[in-house]
Amino acid sequence: MRITQGQFSFLPDLTDEQIAKQVQYAIENNWAVNIEFTDDPHPRNTYWEMWGLPMFDIKDAAAVMTELQSCRKVYGDRYIRISASDASHGWESLRMSFIVNRPAEEPGFDLERQEVDGRNIRYTTRSYATNKPSGQRYSS
Amino acid sequence: MSVTAEQNEAAAANETIDLRRDYEESGVGEVLDQLDRELIGLNPVKTRLREIAALLLVERARKRLGLVNEAPTLHMSFTGNPGTGKTTVAMRMANILHRLGYVRRGQLVSVTRDDLVGQYIGHTAPKTKEVLKKAMGGVLFIDEAYYLYRPENERDYGQESIEILLQVMENQREDLVVILAGYSDRMDKFFTANPGFRSRIAHHIDFPDYSDGELLQIADKMLEHQNYYLSPEATVALADYIEKRRQQPHFSNARSIRNALDRARLRQANRLFAHTGGALTANQLSEITAEDILASRVFKVAAESQNQ
Amino acid sequence: MNDKSETVTGKDRYKAGVMSYKKMGYWEPDYQPKETDLIALFRVTPQDGVDPIEASAAVAGESSTATWTVVWTDRLTASEKYRAKCYRVDPVPNSPGSYFAYIAYDLDLFEGGSISNLTASIIGNVFGFKPLKALRLEDMRLPVAYVKTFDGPPAGIVVERERLDKFGRPLLGATVKPKLGLSGRNYGRVVYEALKGGLDFTKDDENINSQPFMHWRERFLYCMEAVNKAQAETGEVKGTYLNITAGTMEEMYKRAEFAKELGSCIVMIDLVIGYVAIQSISKWARDNNMLLHLHRAGHSTYTRQKSHGVSFRVISKWMRLAGVDHIHAGTVVGKLEGDPLTTAGYYDILREDFVPKNLEHGVFFDQPWASLGKVMPVASGGIHAGQMHQLIHYLGEDVVLQFGGGTIGHPYGIQAGATANRVALEAMIFARNEGRDYLAEGPEILKDAAKTCTPLRQALDTWGEVTFDYTSTDTPDFVPTPTAS
Repeated sequence: MRITQGQFSFLPDLTDEQIAKQVQYAIENNWAVNIEFTDDPHPRNTYWEMWGLPMFDIKDAAAVMTELQSCRKVYGDRYIRISASDASHGWESLRMSFIVNRPAEEPGFDLERQEVDGRNIRYTTRSYATNKPSGQRYSS
Repeated sequence: MSVTAEQNEAAAANETIDLRRDYEESGVGEVLDQLDRELIGLNPVKTRLREIAALLLVERARKRLGLVNEAPTLHMSFTGNPGTGKTTVAMRMANILHRLGYVRRGQLVSVTRDDLVGQYIGHTAPKTKEVLKKAMGGVLFIDEAYYLYRPENERDYGQESIEILLQVMENQREDLVVILAGYSDRMDKFFTANPGFRSRIAHHIDFPDYSDGELLQIADKMLEHQNYYLSPEATVALADYIEKRRQQPHFSNARSIRNALDRARLRQANRLFAHTGGALTANQLSEITAEDILASRVFKVAAESQNQ
Repeated sequence: MNDKSETVTGKDRYKAGVMSYKKMGYWEPDYQPKETDLIALFRVTPQDGVDPIEASAAVAGESSTATWTVVWTDRLTASEKYRAKCYRVDPVPNSPGSYFAYIAYDLDLFEGGSISNLTASIIGNVFGFKPLKALRLEDMRLPVAYVKTFDGPPAGIVVERERLDKFGRPLLGATVKPKLGLSGRNYGRVVYEALKGGLDFTKDDENINSQPFMHWRERFLYCMEAVNKAQAETGEVKGTYLNITAGTMEEMYKRAEFAKELGSCIVMIDLVIGYVAIQSISKWARDNNMLLHLHRAGHSTYTRQKSHGVSFRVISKWMRLAGVDHIHAGTVVGKLEGDPLTTAGYYDILREDFVPKNLEHGVFFDQPWASLGKVMPVASGGIHAGQMHQLIHYLGEDVVLQFGGGTIGHPYGIQAGATANRVALEAMIFARNEGRDYLAEGPEILKDAAKTCTPLRQALDTWGEVTFDYTSTDTPDFVPTPTAS
């Protein structure tokens, strides 16, 4: 399967040149650009690990691309996303978020159903990857 | 060779480049003219700058015709004494590179060793990378670059910064241009000890000291900018000042002049406050007189050293 | 036409009998509205022969302290404070016989935090007043002091995006069709297909409640199975607006609680449940971390005609105060009423923290919102993937685009329809961010995206040319006039 989190998951995987253009859009809007990675893509796993601090005060996407290359060198077997933070009053949250790296295989999620009273069902979504301990999930 | 490839080649051969038009459209001329107008003297620097601009323009044209593929090395060294206009020219250079499309954004990030080198293990790489990231798309200006290299201390963290810089200067030539600046003799030594830098520097520009006459012109220009002027006697006094100041330690060309004028304005203010009762004219408020200059310590020091 | 005050003072003022409204103090052309005043702008169409100022003063009177005759009991009160004051009357441009009346109301006239009280005052009586042919409430300036008595949207745009983990693009939804007749099991199928195909939300229609063909519990249970399954299949947060509209408040709470128990992130209500019910369920949603979607069912009965009723921009303001997270606010290009500039005015009112006066958008006053949450507008009705560039251009990024027919009617199925919409959306945002002139190049961008997405190509082939070009009835009265240069 292919997880479809982020704003460009339905497009073919972005090339570096395309990523750089999106990052430049964030920079020109004065948003700080953040690189995050994870080996647990659960839809409610909000806090992916940060690759360094968000990049403030940069002028060119090359800065982010350099960091992204370094991050890929270490965590190229995992999900990596780029997000952009807008600090302006009334927003103070993300303005962009898109996946820029995926594991070779995306095993997806198990949906567990627990039947409880009144035909009600309690649902639990569990990432197959998390069957293994952190750090051993995608690398073979 | 296939027919289409031949045709392409023929087309490329026929395609012409109008350098004059390129020059005008890029707006580089304006930057150079502005430099001519704003910077007194520095003729060798200005000539070098025009040469570099011409080279870049031609390179760009050649690239368009497919005659070059690689991104050119554009890193530079600016050598000369303090106050000779290195930072100002670096700013203009960033602008020129931007207008010609050699850097994408054109900002100038000016740093010294302290901005690049950390205090403890693991501190330097993030610091240097942080600076590099801010400079991506523009020009990184490293003033007194030789302080990065301290051979007397083999554990000095400067070396770590140098390695990162060299790597980026080599591999990310499209992303930023580095200008190393400092005193000429020390830069020479630095380059000798770090051949990696030397080989990555494409353009050396030497900034000569200003002549006394040029410094006086600079002083006039600075004052004019702030709506002050020198009385005829003050002009004579300042010429004398410049001659004497140059002989004394820590002389730094235009910067020394700026400092001298700042102090002269202070003295003028005190003089006006102490000796003038009541209304002052705009003229009085704008005029720097000989006494505002002559009260400088420089004259006392000069007199003392003559007496000795 | 702002002539002098005719207010009678002294002992003559309270003589028993009938006195014209402008003499009673409801026409005060010199009055300077206070920062804490609530100001209403009415479009007044007096009966033939009725003085427009007297008619406007009557509106002020009848919506505040006046009755048809002088009453001595006024003298027991600080009546000058409580009188609404009409302070300006302008002829409506290009509309003889109609006037814009500006009326200021003192803050003490209103109970805080109650839309019912506000509406009972301002539109309670006066719309049936005989000397008027027609009356329309066009806009309202809400003072900050009053705004602060409301909690506003339970989540608001930013919090909604954080909860859903969706940033940088409009959200996508679809209303399940057919509106009526699907069993719970069949209904959930549509929800699953649409969500798995790429939509963020599906939606119950306004009249899906609890009918013989589908009891509400069946709908909720099957919908949540669909939502959870789609979530696991895509790794993405999904939702479906469970309509909890019912006959009584008690029943609505019951349905809301069940939706919560099943883990739904959003519930929905219809505008016809009334202002009190909306505010109550908003409070419930706030207490239960639930997003609240409002379907503006019924609004066109009073918002559409320009001469009479209440403008939707006023309804938008009331709903932002009352506290909903989503509200349908027009599509510009779809099948339902919506002039582009007027719609832009609604969207600003819902989404901005400060909305400046903009007559071309029909916005008559500066409106500060004092950091009250922002409402996500929903564009729904006759829109399809082929219009993506126009939708983003007119409606921006913070909007839910709902393609009901445009998803479910796809020739190769619901998933294909959903995917077509999602790909069109992402491709357009992507192109916009890259700096392309996406409005002009829209069709080309879509065609390119369709090269790697068959469902999008099929959607464009099916609906590419469909448009709804009818003249809007509710358009701004002020058009930009070119100034001599």
